[in-house]
Amino acid sequence: MFTNHVSEVIKNGGEVEQVATRNGFGEGLLEAGKRDANVVALCCDLTESTKTHLFANEFPERFVQVGVAEQNLASVASGIASMGKVPFMTSYAMFSPGRNWEQIRTTIAYNNANVKIVGSHAGVSVGPDGATHQAIEDIAIMRAVPNMIVVAPADVHEAHKVTLAAAQHDGPIYFRLGRSSTPVVTTEETPFEIGKAQLMFTCDESLKKKVGIVVTGSLLYNALMAAQELQTQGIGASVLHMATIKPLDTEALSEFAAQHDALVTVEEHQVIGGLGGAVAEFLSETNPTKIARIGIHDQFGQSGEPDELIAHYGMDVPSIVAAGQRVVE
Amino acid sequence: MYTKPNMQYLNSEQISGLETQANAIRQSIIEMLTEAGSGHTAGPLGMADVFTLLYFALLKHDPTNPDWVERDRLILSNGHICPVLYATMAHAGYFPVEELLTLRKFGTRLQGHPHRQALPGLENTSGPLGSGLSQAVGMAIADRMDNPYTSKFMYCLTGDGELQEGQIWEAAMLAGKEKLHNLIVIVDRNGFQIDGYTQDVMPMEPLAEKWESFGFDVQEVDGHSMRALNDAIGKAQAVYSQPSVIIAHTIGGKGVDVFERDFRWHGNPPGKGPEDRVPKSDQAKVALQKLRTLAGTIDNNNHA
Repeated sequence: MFTNHVSEVIKNGGEVEQVATRNGFGEGLLEAGKRDANVVALCCDLTESTKTHLFANEFPERFVQVGVAEQNLASVASGIASMGKVPFMTSYAMFSPGRNWEQIRTTIAYNNANVKIVGSHAGVSVGPDGATHQAIEDIAIMRAVPNMIVVAPADVHEAHKVTLAAAQHDGPIYFRLGRSSTPVVTTEETPFEIGKAQLMFTCDESLKKKVGIVVTGSLLYNALMAAQELQTQGIGASVLHMATIKPLDTEALSEFAAQHDALVTVEEHQVIGGLGGAVAEFLSETNPTKIARIGIHDQFGQSGEPDELIAHYGMDVPSIVAAGQRVVE
Repeated sequence: MYTKPNMQYLNSEQISGLETQANAIRQSIIEMLTEAGSGHTAGPLGMADVFTLLYFALLKHDPTNPDWVERDRLILSNGHICPVLYATMAHAGYFPVEELLTLRKFGTRLQGHPHRQALPGLENTSGPLGSGLSQAVGMAIADRMDNPYTSKFMYCLTGDGELQEGQIWEAAMLAGKEKLHNLIVIVDRNGFQIDGYTQDVMPMEPLAEKWESFGFDVQEVDGHSMRALNDAIGKAQAVYSQPSVIIAHTIGGKGVDVFERDFRWHGNPPGKGPEDRVPKSDQAKVALQKLRTLAGTIDNNNHA
């Protein structure tokens, strides 16, 4: 059954509101700017699509338009942070951290610089723009960098909270956002803390076989729908929402793995190096567990509508259900 | 804490004192590189005059309080010439001169390429080329947000080979657009890089015109003349409404005539350099002899 972290609309099976996570970021950044005069924003000619314009319009003197120059973006943000300010650097995830990974590593992470890296348009759900603009390796490349925190918020409310938490956190953090509208699963009241996983759906203890679904980002809704479906088919299913991929909430993950026969990981990202990789790495050393990984399997994306692409690459509800059945067979 | 005005006239005695100091720093560079057994020689020797002038005459800084908020910032963009930065900082009082011999060794604060968090007084981490100028631009923007009339200067030191990085020109474009009067870039124009002379590897002339077209006030000076450098930096400080660049023409390996002007000294330490002018076994000894007397023109033994 759904836990208290899930909205009433979803619990009651009503029509789910759809909003892009980038909207939550834009409003969160504006609020962070109002709370703290040291908050600064930088963007690379994508001010409206990243929703940074909400901040830029309110605080033009604290906004830096860097132009189409993502490498410069990262190191300029590092310089701004070294003067005691709290810069949020925004672009599409494909370009930042995609293009400027070394600058992020050397001038931000290595110095533990207080820079907030915001990558919008992550995942294949970017849609018609095609594979060049669909960042599906960003979690992997950022997770491998020391000092870096990596977060994939599930919906607009969580994106808002991640933004405010990032402004409060002292050190580098990367979080990814989506372009397209995605289901609003949580509520304004749902708590959020960097590094803490949340149980969103608990399985029927009376069922014999039990599968645990570990999910990050906006596929949380699909994971919840799949868990419901699995239970109607007689397989117990729970959902653990792992918004923070690094540091991994290993305490919650260990407990979750111990309570289930097998796990399914779900992410809109390559299964190599992403959430699936992180979960498998940790559990293989502590509690070897059978895991099916839902995500992109070593392929590039392509043009199409978000729903078509999510289904094509096997991240839709039926694909998660099938993985759940297979993994507890 | 040095609360002097930014630029000041230097009399002959002061200039001669700075030259002697630069020479002592060059000797430290030879000693530390020889002990380390790896590292870059030509760039550090070539930039010793610029570093000496900045740390001993121009920078607002306090070696006993490296985090002093009102300090000027010195951002080294081409991190591989860090032996000159470390040696100058040690001579200026940031840490003991003896510590220079730990360069590149396990556990040292003097990493092979500078790491900001390893050593108080370092403003940035560098090594991968091209990102220091962006950081200096970020610092200049942040400082100006707090005070549009700021007289705190960000001195960014770059190599000439480094100017082949695209990121340099991304940063230059932003500096020009933002009219950062508090940014002063000093280019070490020694004309060579690891693989050869810059004009062969990747020609960059007309260099002054490139910077000008990006909105910079441009000066070209003799990078070994304390007076010319001091005057140029003084003028750069007086430029409002645009950033400044000083193209400092230097001689790689300056001070050791048997090393000078040879690109093969870019990335080798004494003892491992080219042998046609001085055998490997004598390279460190000969270099120190030359520097102690500045080819017989001064008596600098007291600074050795």
